[in-house]
Amino acid sequence: MSASARAASVHSLWTAAPAADKIPAPHIEYAQLSPVLIVFGVAAVGVLVEAFVPRRSRYTAQVGLAVVGLAAAFAALIALAEKGYGTTKAHIAAMGAVAVDGPALFLQGTILLVALVAVFTFAERRLDPMAHGRHVDSFAAQGSAVPGGDQERAAVRAGFTTTEVFPLLMFAVGGMLIFPAANDLLTLFVALEVFSLPLYILCALARRNRLMSQEAAVKYFLLGAFSSAFLLFGIALLYGYAGTVSYSGIASVIDGTAKTTPALASSTQNDALLLIGLAMVTVGLLFKVGAVPFHMWTPDVYQGAPTPVTGFMAAATKVAAFGALLRLLYVVLPGMRWDWRPVMWGVAIVTMVIGAVIAVTQTDVKRLLAYSSIAHAGFILAGVIATDRNGVSSVLFYLAAYSFVTLGAFAVVTLVRDAGGEATHLSRWAGLGRRSPLVAAVFAVFLLAFAGIPLTSGFAGKFAVFQAAAQGGAMPLVIVGVISSAIAAFFYIRVIVLMFFSEPKADGPSVAVPSPLTSTAIAVGVAVTLVLGLAPQYFLDLADKAGVFVR
Amino acid sequence: MADSSFPILTVTAVLPAVGAVATAAVPAARKAAAKYTALLFSLGTLVLALVTLVRFDPNGARYQFTENHVWVKNFGLHYDLGVDGIGAVMVALTALLIPFVMLAGWHDADPLEDRTGPNRRWRPTQGFFALILMVEAMVVLSFEATDVFLFYIFFEAMLIPMYFLIGGFGDRAHAAGEDEAARQRSYAAVKFLLYNLAGGLIMLAAVIGLYAATAKQLGTGTFALQDILNARASGKFDLATSTERWLFLGFFFAFAVKAPLWPLHTWLPNAMGESTAPVAVLITAVVDKVGTFAMLRFCLQLFPDASKWATPVILVLAVISIIYGALLAVGQRDIKRLIAYASVSHFGFIILGIFAMTSQGQSGATLYMVNHGISTAALMLVAGFLISRRGSRLIADFGGVQKVAPLLAGTFLVGGLATLSLPGLAPFVSEFLVLVGTFSRYPALGIVATLGIVLAALYVLVLYQRTMTGPVKAGVEGMSDLKARELVVVAPLIALLLFLGVYPKPVADIVNPSVQHTLSDVNKTDPKPALEAKK
Repeated sequence: MSASARAASVHSLWTAAPAADKIPAPHIEYAQLSPVLIVFGVAAVGVLVEAFVPRRSRYTAQVGLAVVGLAAAFAALIALAEKGYGTTKAHIAAMGAVAVDGPALFLQGTILLVALVAVFTFAERRLDPMAHGRHVDSFAAQGSAVPGGDQERAAVRAGFTTTEVFPLLMFAVGGMLIFPAANDLLTLFVALEVFSLPLYILCALARRNRLMSQEAAVKYFLLGAFSSAFLLFGIALLYGYAGTVSYSGIASVIDGTAKTTPALASSTQNDALLLIGLAMVTVGLLFKVGAVPFHMWTPDVYQGAPTPVTGFMAAATKVAAFGALLRLLYVVLPGMRWDWRPVMWGVAIVTMVIGAVIAVTQTDVKRLLAYSSIAHAGFILAGVIATDRNGVSSVLFYLAAYSFVTLGAFAVVTLVRDAGGEATHLSRWAGLGRRSPLVAAVFAVFLLAFAGIPLTSGFAGKFAVFQAAAQGGAMPLVIVGVISSAIAAFFYIRVIVLMFFSEPKADGPSVAVPSPLTSTAIAVGVAVTLVLGLAPQYFLDLADKAGVFVR
Repeated sequence: MADSSFPILTVTAVLPAVGAVATAAVPAARKAAAKYTALLFSLGTLVLALVTLVRFDPNGARYQFTENHVWVKNFGLHYDLGVDGIGAVMVALTALLIPFVMLAGWHDADPLEDRTGPNRRWRPTQGFFALILMVEAMVVLSFEATDVFLFYIFFEAMLIPMYFLIGGFGDRAHAAGEDEAARQRSYAAVKFLLYNLAGGLIMLAAVIGLYAATAKQLGTGTFALQDILNARASGKFDLATSTERWLFLGFFFAFAVKAPLWPLHTWLPNAMGESTAPVAVLITAVVDKVGTFAMLRFCLQLFPDASKWATPVILVLAVISIIYGALLAVGQRDIKRLIAYASVSHFGFIILGIFAMTSQGQSGATLYMVNHGISTAALMLVAGFLISRRGSRLIADFGGVQKVAPLLAGTFLVGGLATLSLPGLAPFVSEFLVLVGTFSRYPALGIVATLGIVLAALYVLVLYQRTMTGPVKAGVEGMSDLKARELVVVAPLIALLLFLGVYPKPVADIVNPSVQHTLSDVNKTDPKPALEAKK
């Protein structure tokens, strides 16, 4: 064997290592991701607080930390927006994983403000009667204790409270911040799990009706896992189709502008992969949005979860999920518009109609609001279908308007109580307008906003999305939307009738006097509802400026 | 045109809104203070409305005292106010009736129950008067709005205070007992709201459609009436026939529910029957007028071709309203429901006059709105005094009232005679004009509509005969006559009916040029003048 042949055979066994400087170091724009990083950082510190701070000072520490963290994240976000990252400097950060653009910043800002108000409702400790001389909040004394068991009794007697809810909330917020900004499918999936898992746990932590709360959490978890599986399978198929998970990469393959490698040539011709993948990813997102026919979890979860959690979830999850849906449909799939639009038409119509019709039969306030949230998801979908800049900005505005009404409405629900905790059965609300005109009037304002009565934020939002839909050529959708609004108005009005025109029951529920925390949350809700209803111009402009996705 | 920068129209509308807040803020125990506050604000509004009316120049610009601001740019929503003769008169009518409504309902909302129990924060008196002022503010704004969307907002928003007025305050005495009364009242309120909300939402779809159409053809969407009319006059804006018809139907549906036109009228008898007499007056004499007013201002001006296209059907529906309303009024056993059905009949006349598309018809319809407002207010408020004395709304429970309470019976008769359009009283002039206007173009419909007058005589006189004449019924013996407050309510209204009956010129002078404007809008695309085309 010659020397050269020997060298060749040896050579086939090893290969030259690439020079060390060829490993690309991940390039992360920390400043541009600062809102998300602050939130995650605070969440991590929150976990440390649980571990090291004495039990009696944990509540103060956690609430302070959460409020400061969210405020700091919001300030960082404003700084980014001021620098023009929402408009001119919009670009894709973190190696193509996260977009920093108008819609992302607008939705992140909304989520942060919603979360800030939600922290106030989480921290409320005056509503429940004192347990063994201590103020307690809406959360179980010890999540791991069996409901009704000795351990639970001991935990209650010891005055435990679950301050872990604050770091959990912060983790959920962090995931929600990334979700609408995710610019590749894997980041999307990771963000989904990051915000879903804390929510599953939060749902299970109600102090009252613990079994119902745990049941709700299990349902939410099972169905949520199911939808995650759909999403993941869809991602796999789309990867198989395009050979990339990045949004712009997939979009350019769909457009046919991408340079195809021979290995991908066959799969990029395969529309079945694309269509099935697209459908499955969309199903995963529609589940989080709560659109029919993927809405089944909503009423049970909304009813069972502790009411502050329900309010937060109903508001913020919807914002995050619609943000992700918008980005997916507008950035990845605009070329597929003619395939997904008819399907989304159908989904929007059944969502509006079924949400409104089933809500009519509800007898529990929280379930009623759950079905109403389904109907509202349908209205928002009508704006999503517009597929133009108008559609984006109208959806952004609607989400901002809707989330504060929802948060406020659930905060009011926490106030109406009897011996068994919150009195959520509608019959118990009879005559509330006479016992506590102020609380009833505030709730009536929220209901009127849900119903879309002019001079409230609900009307401005509804008009914005319907107008976008009409201009996008979806007039039939507008008509269906208007008709389901009329149906929906019926059940909102029915609650008002009950509160104001019925005689109060002798053993009716009492309205708890909240601490400034919940009062602030409700006041913010009312203020936003009226401001966005009376003078929406500034916020419409903001949403309009933020209406362009980066690709 | 009065050329001052003082935004008198805004102030006319804002004053009652401020009054509503002030009234609501009066402490629970100070009932009387709340009432006087509300009355004071309503009188202030009346003064402003009269100033507007006096300073309005009938021969000047079409819309006067205009104010133009952009409210929400993205929606094409402008805060555009302005009144033509019709608008000025309607604002004045509204402002005129509100103080009477308040005086007539002075004690309607006094709390009965003690305020120590769970009800101690319940403040019905403040609420009642504040809500009336809110309704006034919104009605005034919808008469003044010259932006379609702005109009829509107040058209829709006024339902909410109105709904609370109907559902929250009922007659003290109800044959069926307190619980049943509350149930029927909330049924009536919900029915009122759902009918009108449904109409309003259909209109919303049409409003959005209009925006989409203007956005497509003009580049930027707009709702300003003048912009749209100018664009159409210059040929830049031209709706396709089918689009125009759909939009017209969307608008007309909402106005026909509000007006109300048969077969969309069924909420009115419930709402008027279950609410107190002053609130019933507010519904029929003030709020419903927005519907007929809007037909004139928006349906005819925005969609002239579609209006002409729909005219035959609308006229037939209007005549059915006239006859059907009158027939059902004849058959009523309940005084308030009788007046409600009489109103259905009268709204038929108004709509007939509007869509007859003749100058007499439309002038008559506009005058009819005013006169019907005053005459129904007179009749209904006196009926309210009567009902509160006896504690029953059933005609059968009355008899021989004129022997024990002659003033009450006398004013009731005058109100009734005005309702049946007796010559010499104001409604006669307008009804005559409507019929003449209709007859010159649609003789057959004119003749059928005339039957409505005969039936009106029947239901009014039979009502009077059964309640006021004959032997004094049990329960009526001790009935007191009108008190000073009640006389203050009734006497000016009757004086006005007499005055406008013999001398309608001041109102007609203000209204007529505006009617001509509207007619020329409708006929602009029609080469032949309407009247000659018939000959």
